[in-house]
Amino acid sequence: MAKPAPVKKAWRSLVWLLVIIVALVGMNAFGVFTNKGSWTPQLALDLEGGTQILLAPQLESGQTVSGEQLQQAVAIIRQRVNASGVSEAEITTQGNQNIVVSIPGEPDQATLDRIQASSQLQFRPVLSASSATTQSATDGTGEDSTTPTPTSEAAAPTATPTAPGDPAWVTEELTNKFNSFDCSSKEALESGAAASKEPLITCDPYGMEKYILGPVEINGGVITDATAQPEVSSSGVSTGGWAVQIVMNGEGAKQFAEVSKRLYGAQEPLNRFAFVLDGKVISAPTMQGQITDGRPSITGGFTQEGAKSLADQLKFGALPIGFEVQSQDNVSATLGSNQLQSGLLAGLIGLILVVLYSLLQYRLLGLVTVASLSIAAVITYLLITLMSWQEGYRLSLAGVAGLIVAIGITADSFIVYFERIRDELRDGRGIESAVSSGWKRALRTILASDGVNFLAAAVLFILAVGNVRGFAFTLGLTTIVDVVVVALFTHPVLVLLSRTKFYSEGHRFSGLDPRQLGAVYRGRAQFKAPVSTDGKVNRSSREAAKRQTIAERKAADLAASGDSSASASSDSRKES
Amino acid sequence: MGTFAQFGNDLYTGKRSYNIVGKRKLWYIIAAVMIAISVIGPFARGGFTFGIEFSGGSQFQIIVGDGRDQAPAVDAVTSVVPNTVPRVMLVGNDSIRVQTEQLTDQQTGDVRAALAKAYDVKESSITSSFIGASWGQDITRQAIIALIVFILFATVVMALYFRTWKMSLAAIIALLHDLVITAGVYGITGFEITPAAMIGFLTILGYSLYDTVVVFDKIRENTGRGELNEARTFSSSVNLAVNQTLVRSINTSVVALLPVASILFIGAFVLGAGTLRDIALALFIGILVGTYSTIFIAAPTYAHLREVEPLVKKHDAKVRARMSASREQGPESRRTEPQPS
Repeated sequence: MAKPAPVKKAWRSLVWLLVIIVALVGMNAFGVFTNKGSWTPQLALDLEGGTQILLAPQLESGQTVSGEQLQQAVAIIRQRVNASGVSEAEITTQGNQNIVVSIPGEPDQATLDRIQASSQLQFRPVLSASSATTQSATDGTGEDSTTPTPTSEAAAPTATPTAPGDPAWVTEELTNKFNSFDCSSKEALESGAAASKEPLITCDPYGMEKYILGPVEINGGVITDATAQPEVSSSGVSTGGWAVQIVMNGEGAKQFAEVSKRLYGAQEPLNRFAFVLDGKVISAPTMQGQITDGRPSITGGFTQEGAKSLADQLKFGALPIGFEVQSQDNVSATLGSNQLQSGLLAGLIGLILVVLYSLLQYRLLGLVTVASLSIAAVITYLLITLMSWQEGYRLSLAGVAGLIVAIGITADSFIVYFERIRDELRDGRGIESAVSSGWKRALRTILASDGVNFLAAAVLFILAVGNVRGFAFTLGLTTIVDVVVVALFTHPVLVLLSRTKFYSEGHRFSGLDPRQLGAVYRGRAQFKAPVSTDGKVNRSSREAAKRQTIAERKAADLAASGDSSASASSDSRKES
Repeated sequence: MGTFAQFGNDLYTGKRSYNIVGKRKLWYIIAAVMIAISVIGPFARGGFTFGIEFSGGSQFQIIVGDGRDQAPAVDAVTSVVPNTVPRVMLVGNDSIRVQTEQLTDQQTGDVRAALAKAYDVKESSITSSFIGASWGQDITRQAIIALIVFILFATVVMALYFRTWKMSLAAIIALLHDLVITAGVYGITGFEITPAAMIGFLTILGYSLYDTVVVFDKIRENTGRGELNEARTFSSSVNLAVNQTLVRSINTSVVALLPVASILFIGAFVLGAGTLRDIALALFIGILVGTYSTIFIAAPTYAHLREVEPLVKKHDAKVRARMSASREQGPESRRTEPQPS
């Protein structure tokens, strides 16, 4: 015998659900296998213990930073934290204005100070340059117009240096220091905090080349714009390469003109100047002409991305950014695991209570609730684990609270659905058709209400800051999971169950006993709703309403003819 | 639970019916009084109590175990920062929390060392945090922006879904009612408002509307175009829908409250003041008020808004005329709906 269509559909849904779960498990297994993922989600600091610092980048002029400047600031902070050798530090943005630095354990004061230092783009003349000896000197970036070559310093004079570009800055002491300077050393980390009136030994961010730089000659604030453009030769022909075009304000143009006059034609490496961001040389081009209009361009083997990234660094690093500590949280590992355990305990108690209540209310149908909740829990767990591998999501205490709250909202979808089926049974439908028409109505309601809930979660996630986001994330995630589980598990299971003897006969403990639900048995598996005498109107589909009208009329006739089985005919006035 | 199912049946068929929509004046008055108390109450008490996140300051938490004594903590703090008055609280069943004014990094380190010595615990097991004064304001500002954006979005989405802005409006009125009253409870009882409480507060947004949407969906069904019943006024159709979903409303709020209550219990009695308790407390109040307001504010307000429409007025007049006619013929000849009084 061929299976009826709804049954086939139900099985198909269940297979889909299985496919989804297997896929999630598979992806996770892949993650574990490749050693990147894990079977447990990553925990946020409040559950794991560690230090979390919330920084608000601020321009010195008091303005708040723009989105691009924030990204720039994040890049700077990341560089600082990574350079400190702190492993597993995590830097994220929060809202549109804060940077969150999460560090496992407790960082030392020096690391904290370094993270909080302010940063600005500076122009410094190059006094000496050499490829960093500790690194293999493969030039992966090719950002500069000159290849890095070790150069002999200009003669070490004893005279006091006057101008920033004066080779007299390079004393013997400095030379010795330079020669032994290691780009990955602790000393190199402090370069961001160097005094602007002193010479500076530093490296490029990749540790490829090291420099002795003169004092700051021009501050980055003079840059009004920097863009990546296709490179054009002097005859106006495109070379196919990329260049970074810088635009300076009037004052900057004047200062730069002087610098370029001095540098142009000077002896290598004195003909180079360095753009220094947060103590690192992001570019150190050679001056190839006198530039008096304040519109220098940097060329030299750029790719489009390379040019774009340098232009962004120049543009958004131009203004000085300070970092104000908004909050600093240090959670001890003991408290963290305490909180995690309590959170899980709360979830377990909540879950048990919900299960007990639904068994009480819906008898064996409650078991469907339990199974659905378990499936939802499994999917949610897998998704969160996947997210923490793929997106770096970390489960916080607020996130756990979101999950626990979601138990209620998920269970509610089942309640809405079950109540709808009961309504249909009360209207006198057989169990199979009650399940299918109840589902149509319930789905609409579930989608609408879950939609509103998801909207709330999404708005919170996008706009709110701090813990709120972790909470909103789990709430939104579970809302989606809820819809999936209701559609691919709860409904198909009910369709199948409604065809079992236990349910189709409306066993007393099935939770769907038509007699208990007040539908009046009229023989031969036909139930008549007592309410139909009342000309009931709540039909969602017009079709059903039309079909029902005849039945209603008949029922009304019956009622009028004094059929006492239509029990609702007389007692309506008692409440008013 | 046969009786409860029976209760559901009776509500569904109209055999048993609570005249909720009809008594709307009563609910309006109750709501007005509650809102007035929620607004005036906190001020009478001296304003809201804000957590350290809003005033800024430093905070330490020490897991001490048994025999908690607050005095060593005060001594430890004053030994580092002489002219300060730390707030020392017992938290959960094994911890002590110390709050001070904003300390410098140096002072923070010293206080930690002093506390560790005073309670003979490892320094690494002391939790410390520093909160800048603007942090709380930042959170508040973002929360308010989120609140406004959400309300605007939700209004539009619901108006589109239900095809009538009046449902939207009624739902939002109920939502605002919930928010004001939840805030009022915080203000009157003096519970500390922390960022976590703010999370709970914002979640009420979602929950309150979620609950309203479910009931309104039923109302929409009962009062949809061409489905206005000849025997019922608009209000009694709405009332029937509310009654028909009453069992669901009760079940839902119980099911939603159970996990929240368990967080609240664990948060308050095991962990002590903290994220979990603050979220759960706001939610607990919010879910109770949210369920109440859906039934007693949103539905009556919607009926009220619609009743003034000419078409609905005409329909109601017709129903009333027919009903009084049938009454004259004889009360038993036709079944009538309870009328709003």
